[in-house]
Amino acid sequence: MPDMVSIGQPQQRQFNPYSENGGTILAIAGANFSVIAGDTRQSEGYNIQTRYAPKVFRLTDKAVLAVNGFAADGSMFVKKVKQRLEWYRHAHAKDMPLRAIARLIQTMLYSRRFFPYYVYNILGGIEEDGSGAVYSFDPVGSYERESCRAAGAAQSLVQPFLDNQIYFKNQRPPPGTSNPTHLPLHEVLSLVIDSFTSATERHIEVGDGLEIFVVLAKGSTTQGLENFANVQEMTQTREGERMFNIRRNLKRD
Amino acid sequence: MATASVYSSPGFDFSNQIRNNFLAEKGLPLPKATSTGTTIVGCLFEGGIILGADTRATEGPIVADKNCEKIHYITESIRCCGAGTAADTEFVTNLISSNMEMHALTHGRKPRVVTAMTMLKQYLFRYQGHVGAALVLGGVDSTGPNLFTIHPHGSTDKLPYVTMGSGSLAAMAVFESGWKTKMSREDALQLVKDAIAAGIFNDLGSGSNIDACIITPNHTEMLRNVEMPNERETKEKSYKFRRGTTEWKSESIRKLIVSEEITPIGGDAMDTS
Amino acid sequence: MSIMQYNGGSVIAMVGKDCVAIASDLRLGNQALGISSNFQKIFSVTDRIYLGLPGLATDVTTLRELFRYRVNMYTIKEEREIQPETFAHLVSSTLYEHRFGPYFIEPVMAGLSKTPSGSFKPFIAATDLIGCLNFAKDFVVAGTASEKLYGVAEGLWESDLEPEDLFETISQTMLNAVDRDAYSGWGVVVHVITKDKVVTRTLKGRMD
Repeated sequence: MPDMVSIGQPQQRQFNPYSENGGTILAIAGANFSVIAGDTRQSEGYNIQTRYAPKVFRLTDKAVLAVNGFAADGSMFVKKVKQRLEWYRHAHAKDMPLRAIARLIQTMLYSRRFFPYYVYNILGGIEEDGSGAVYSFDPVGSYERESCRAAGAAQSLVQPFLDNQIYFKNQRPPPGTSNPTHLPLHEVLSLVIDSFTSATERHIEVGDGLEIFVVLAKGSTTQGLENFANVQEMTQTREGERMFNIRRNLKRD
Repeated sequence: MATASVYSSPGFDFSNQIRNNFLAEKGLPLPKATSTGTTIVGCLFEGGIILGADTRATEGPIVADKNCEKIHYITESIRCCGAGTAADTEFVTNLISSNMEMHALTHGRKPRVVTAMTMLKQYLFRYQGHVGAALVLGGVDSTGPNLFTIHPHGSTDKLPYVTMGSGSLAAMAVFESGWKTKMSREDALQLVKDAIAAGIFNDLGSGSNIDACIITPNHTEMLRNVEMPNERETKEKSYKFRRGTTEWKSESIRKLIVSEEITPIGGDAMDTS
Repeated sequence: MSIMQYNGGSVIAMVGKDCVAIASDLRLGNQALGISSNFQKIFSVTDRIYLGLPGLATDVTTLRELFRYRVNMYTIKEEREIQPETFAHLVSSTLYEHRFGPYFIEPVMAGLSKTPSGSFKPFIAATDLIGCLNFAKDFVVAGTASEKLYGVAEGLWESDLEPEDLFETISQTMLNAVDRDAYSGWGVVVHVITKDKVVTRTLKGRMD
């Protein structure tokens, strides 16, 4: 033994089970649609682990979940949520409604209060009343329904921009008018794309690709969605909710 | 301030140290100076030296400058790429450039690359690594082409192809697979561009454009932004606001045009003849 | 909590068409406690150069006086007004002189420089706390809300804005960025510098 003296002395070892994998997610709710987006870069330190690691997942025909933070926890968490939704389908022969998924995610996150999933979740989709909805969570399950939220590495870059462009914060409306409460889909998609290209410019962990999910409530038209490149229809329910996927390239530097 | 002069005494001023150490002792951590994740390279070819650099400057994960210059002027035929603490690379190369000019004037001939290298390493060694400059120094002098790397503590290497910065491994991978002795100017420039591009695309600390500098015995060509592979595409919409969008409380206008109005007061004008 | 966040505050400068603008918040804090809602961080150096000094408040005052002194000495010795480019280097070397015991300030400069033909060219620059210069063609930011400012400015800024449009863009950028920063806010002041006048406006913003 090289060092007999050290035996019997108190020693400390540690293992850090968490890491941070960069990237940013974002969701915006409209009157009768919901847009959920995320970049596809996964990184650690100054290294890119992969240029395509999806952070946005389809849960049901009208619910989409975006996860950001520690990628390993993120993928495991999505897997477990999907499993719980599958069990729900077997028990009740229908998809879980959005607000119920939100509450499920809260209990799942809080059950790990003292060894949390190191992820920020944003849930987007269509509510039972046909309105677009966004729920945002912290890693231990505190959540809130709102109409716009950014999370992840570039949250602080994107969120104030959205405050200005979605909520019209600090903007005085033209005389005799008022600021709109909900924006049309094409306008929202433009804002989402510009948010991500801006974040790519100024944040080193954002880039490579952009994946946008659009969920339309039943009975709504495509609202100019067809004018965007690379739109792909994913599913359509019997009731008429439709889900689309848009892919875009972001800068790779 | 001992002298009433805009030109203050040379060297560093440590007068804030007592206060700053006091602040640090009270539990407020001192902020780290901004350092640059970087890819810088240098490579020898038949007839000269090519230096290369990316153009991204970062503050942690944020891009502070998308198109900064990392190839610094030392003399007409000696240039220096800098990585590490941004301010240090800027000022250390500036200082040595000035000293090299003085050296040239004193001796009446073109200064050598080893001279610059020695000045830099002695300066950096004196500061024991606290001046955080990691440099790639290259140039052509009476002894031929010379290429060095200089580390923050003052150690140096002399090699035919070198890389430094956070993207050094990506760039070196390209050099190791592509570098040959006695390369042509075109091949060497392409290799340097490829090495920097490897850093730009694979290292998050490096990005934006490629700068290169070709130094030959009687000509130095600075190729600022030879390649611009990361231009921002046009935005989806314009964000121009309607005038009057922002509410404001008070306004004051400082007129910079001196206006003069002459008011004749009664009677005839003064006889100036 | 670092010293850079001790008093809070942010500054941004933007380039427009033949004009520049510089804006700052008006908060002075002691960590989370607000102390003043009228703490000016932007000072005029010459008629056409404005300097913003976000960072530790004691150093804001010290550096303001130091730069006033050095610019006055320059003016007397050279018998001409200092140009923005020269002033930027003066700021840079003053800060670098204190490399191993820095002032906790990240200056932002905006001004118009005189071209040989007699016209004026927009100029903005910023440095880090030890004087590394950053000349940008679009905008520069500094202070506790710098990340937010980068994000909003990158989204809102476009080239060749007229002075009145530049005022709207820089004002909106500042207001929305400081509203998401706990250490900045409590009012905003904007200066728009054009060749024949400087318009200074205090904005109506959130006071929480």
